[in-house]
Parts: sequence; C-alpha cells; structure tokens
Amino acid sequence: MTSRVVRLHDIANARSGDKGNRLNIALVCRDVAHYSAVAQQVTAERVATVFAGRRPSRVVRFDLPNLAAFNFVLDDVLEGGVNTSLGLDGHGKSLSYLLLEIPVRITTPRDGD
Amino acid sequence: MTAKVFIGAGAGFACDRTDAACPVASALATLPGARFLIFETLAERTLALSQLDRQRNATLGFNPALERFVGPVLGRCLNDNIKIIGNFGAANPRAAAVRIQTMAHAQGLPVPKIGIIDGDDLTGLLSPVELAAREIGGTVLRGAKEIIAANLYLGAEPIAQALDQGADIVVTGRVADSALALGPLLHTFKWELDDWDHLAAGTLAGHLLECGCQITGGYFADPPFKIVPGMADLGYPIAEIDPDGSMVITKPAGTGGRVDRLTVIEQLLYEIDDPSAYLAPDVVLDISGVAVQELAPDRVRVTGARGKSAPEMLKATVFVDGGILGEAEISYAGPNAGARARVAAETIVARMKRRSPSLVLRADAIGVVSVLGDNSGSLSRSWASDLVDVRLRFAAQSGTAAEVELLLDEVEALYCAGPAGGAGVRKRLTPRLASASCLIERRFARPQVTLVGAPP
Repeated sequence: MTSRVVRLHDIANARSGDKGNRLNIALVCRDVAHYSAVAQQVTAERVATVFAGRRPSRVVRFDLPNLAAFNFVLDDVLEGGVNTSLGLDGHGKSLSYLLLEIPVRITTPRDGD
Repeated sequence: MTAKVFIGAGAGFACDRTDAACPVASALATLPGARFLIFETLAERTLALSQLDRQRNATLGFNPALERFVGPVLGRCLNDNIKIIGNFGAANPRAAAVRIQTMAHAQGLPVPKIGIIDGDDLTGLLSPVELAAREIGGTVLRGAKEIIAANLYLGAEPIAQALDQGADIVVTGRVADSALALGPLLHTFKWELDDWDHLAAGTLAGHLLECGCQITGGYFADPPFKIVPGMADLGYPIAEIDPDGSMVITKPAGTGGRVDRLTVIEQLLYEIDDPSAYLAPDVVLDISGVAVQELAPDRVRVTGARGKSAPEMLKATVFVDGGILGEAEISYAGPNAGARARVAAETIVARMKRRSPSLVLRADAIGVVSVLGDNSGSLSRSWASDLVDVRLRFAAQSGTAAEVELLLDEVEALYCAGPAGGAGVRKRLTPRLASASCLIERRFARPQVTLVGAPP
C-alpha cells in the first residue's frame, strides 16, 4: 500500500442546503473505500477551522456509514441567511466547495499489490 | 394486494423549468395503477411574496407561473387519470383553482374536480406578540407590529381527504413539501395516521422528490468528476412506491440526467439536520438506516426509512418587513485592473464611513473574493497582481431607502470621481422580507378541504 494526499474534491461529492442561518453540507465518498480515511480526518473540528471566517457557533458531524456519507451542520455561518445576508450567496450553495478544499491522506494499492 | 403507486415530480421550486413536467406526465401515462404528478413551487419567501400579491389583488396570490407549469400537462393528466397535486396555491389556493378551471375550459377539457386545501394562514389567529412568543432560534419578531405572512406547515391528511373525495387536482398553500407525496400514498395505501414507519417511508419519498431534478442530475454536475449527460433536457424524477414503503427512484426514458447512488444520497441529505430526526408534520423521519441500491441504469432502490411519532408542535414561517437591500456594481479591466479596483473599493469604504457611519457595508471583488468571503473579506485579503477583469459589488441594507441610495450614488460617482477606466455601473434596490420560524400548537392548524368544479 502507498499513501498520498488528495483534495477532498478528488474523492468525494458535497451538496449544501440551508435553513435560516444554518448550513448543512452532505459529503459523500465516491468510492466507499475512502469512508474511514475521511471519517478520521474530516472531523467537525477540522471543518470548523476551514469555516472560521464565517464564525460558526457550532459544527456537528453526523455519520452515515451505510451510505459512505456524512452530514455536517454548521450554525450561524450564512451571515443571517438568505433574507438577511449582504453577500451574493445567502443560501450558502457555494460553500460545499469550501469543504471540498480540505486535503486528506488516502492509501491506495501499489501497482502489482 | 394493492399495486405500486407512481409519483412523478413536475417541479421542485418556484422558478423551476416549466417544461419539465411533460416527459414525466407522458411516462406516468404508460404506467399501470395509481399515478400522481406533484409540483413543489413554494419556497418560504415565495409565500410571503404571494401574500403581498394577494393584498394588492384578491384574484392573485398563487404562483405566477401556474399556467406555465400546469397548462402543458393538464389535458394529458385529466385524460389519463393522473392526479395533479401542487402547492402552487401559495397564499390563494382558491384563486389558483379558478385559474385552473379557466385553463381547462380554454383547452376544451372537461371541468376538473379540484380539491382546495387551506387553513395554513395564521395571521387572523395569532397576533404579532403571540407569534413573537413562539419564535425559535432568533428575535426577528421581537417588537414587530405588522406581520406580512404567517403560515404553518400542514400535513398530508387533507391532501389524502381531497383525493378520497374524488379530486382530479389538489391545490394547496403551505403544506410540508413531503406531504405532496405522502398525501397520495395515504389515499391509495390507506396507511393509518400512527403507522409511523409507513408515514416515514412516504415522507422520505416526498423528500426525495420535492426538489425535482436535484435527484436526477441537477445541482450535481462537476466535470470531469461528476458528469451529467443531457443537462439541457434533465429528466425529472418518478418514484415507484410499494405498499411496504420501499421505493425505486427513476426518470423518464430518453431524458437527460442520471439517477444513481451518488445523486440519490446527495438529495437524501439535502437540507437535513440530524438524520435520525427529520421533522415533518405527520411523523419524525429517521433516515440513518436508509439503504440505497443501484438496480439498473437510472433505477435506484431506497429502503429503510423509520418513523417516530409526529412532533407535538407544528412549524410555521413568519415574515415581517426586512427593509431594503441596495446593490451597486462597477468593473475594471485590462492592465493593472486589480490595483484600480482596489482604489475604487477603498474610496467607497472611506466615503460611506464618513456619510453613513452606522451602515454595514459589503464590498465584493467578483472573481477574486466574493461568495466565499464575508462583509469584511475582499479588502482584508491580498489580491493577485495580474488581475485583468474585476467586477466590484457593494451592498448594504437599511430600513430607510435613502440610506442605501446613498451607497448607490457613491458607486455611480466612481465613473468620474474614481480610478481610471471604471465601467458598467448597475444599481438595484430590492425590498427584503425578514423571516422567523415559530413552533405552533396543533390546535391552530385548521385544515379545510373544499371540492370545486364537481358536476352535481
């Protein structure tokens, strides 16, 4: 086995949804084999760091191992939400791609393994 | 044994494609058994805007695109006994029903039986103070004197009742989006209202369908990582639901898009908080044990929804006046565009600080830092030195129009009093609505089912 660092975007999909000033991001591993690496490295604490510019009051990760997926819920990161934000993206629809910038180390079988 | 129920989605939001329902209705027409076509066209904000429309004109207040959504499929659905269920009634389901009857008459169709669901409007039942006392997670309603719209989320039972009474079409205002699918399932399968696992399965079907093509390749493409064929002709979803609540998600043959494990899971988790407790009026849905299985190309089986007893309180969304949003933009292009744009942004910040010190100002540099930034973001970061096309965007919000107009005027003044080559100013004022969520006792939900258009 060999390990390498990739961007989350290389191995996973993400989708944003909003409710008021709360953002959720579904993170889905394209290959279920990457689930445990993502589970170990893309913690709620790490995601809170990535979103620090939006000052989340709470970040929770829900695990869905049977779907190789996670649901991140970030409170108070939408600048008030779609009816209040001065930004262009009050829904936070683009923010799933901020999550996908996170680097993760994955192991892959070496040629011939 | 009752056969499958087929539910297609014709629209997933108020401004969705209006021709998407046609292939869905055509596909449903070829299927045996109970068929339904649902339209979810009522975002939270849409309802408040509809309420304002109704105040201006009593014959309006439903989705302005109603005719464009329903018109193209009305004949097909009435002729083939495909029931239409939509929340396009918005703030005025009765007026929407009249408009559909007019449409049917104009198309030479028989007069449809239309079930009208109302009783979601709280404005006559609870005062602003009483609503403010029920607000959760905020203080938007504190001190509010006038409520623009207050609607609670009704469940699926009135929709089922309208279908039980023979409605060809059911027009609702605010109901839970998922109720648009659970209603016809209650009607067909006769599930009991405390049969939590089945109610959960029907709610899951509704949740998967409620955003239309978001489960069939919309809000998904990201080539080469996520390739979606035929984006210009995305097929909208059809759920085939078995009496035990398990379902297959598919789409009409010959349409664009894709249905697979990845599209289904993204939509399964869309706008979800705790996956074990998705609150709907009829049931608390637990999707933590849901399994997703690819059966064939564009056919995905979804099983494992579990239910817990319905929440004691119902959710309502309440809107009050939110002031005015002002936005103004200007472009800088060519050599040294970044440096000139930065001077322009700093000039606006300095002048606004002097002229309106308390106004919160947003300055975006589109293409450099905008959607992922924040109100202080674009100027606090360093920009690349080789920018050749920068569009600045400024925004502010206030209760008084004059205060935001000041910003718009300052940006336009950059034409002469700003750096070289400032171009393409655009200015816009948008009235805003501030929203609050409230938890409301069930006794305030008074769903009414009225059938119109039925020959005696």
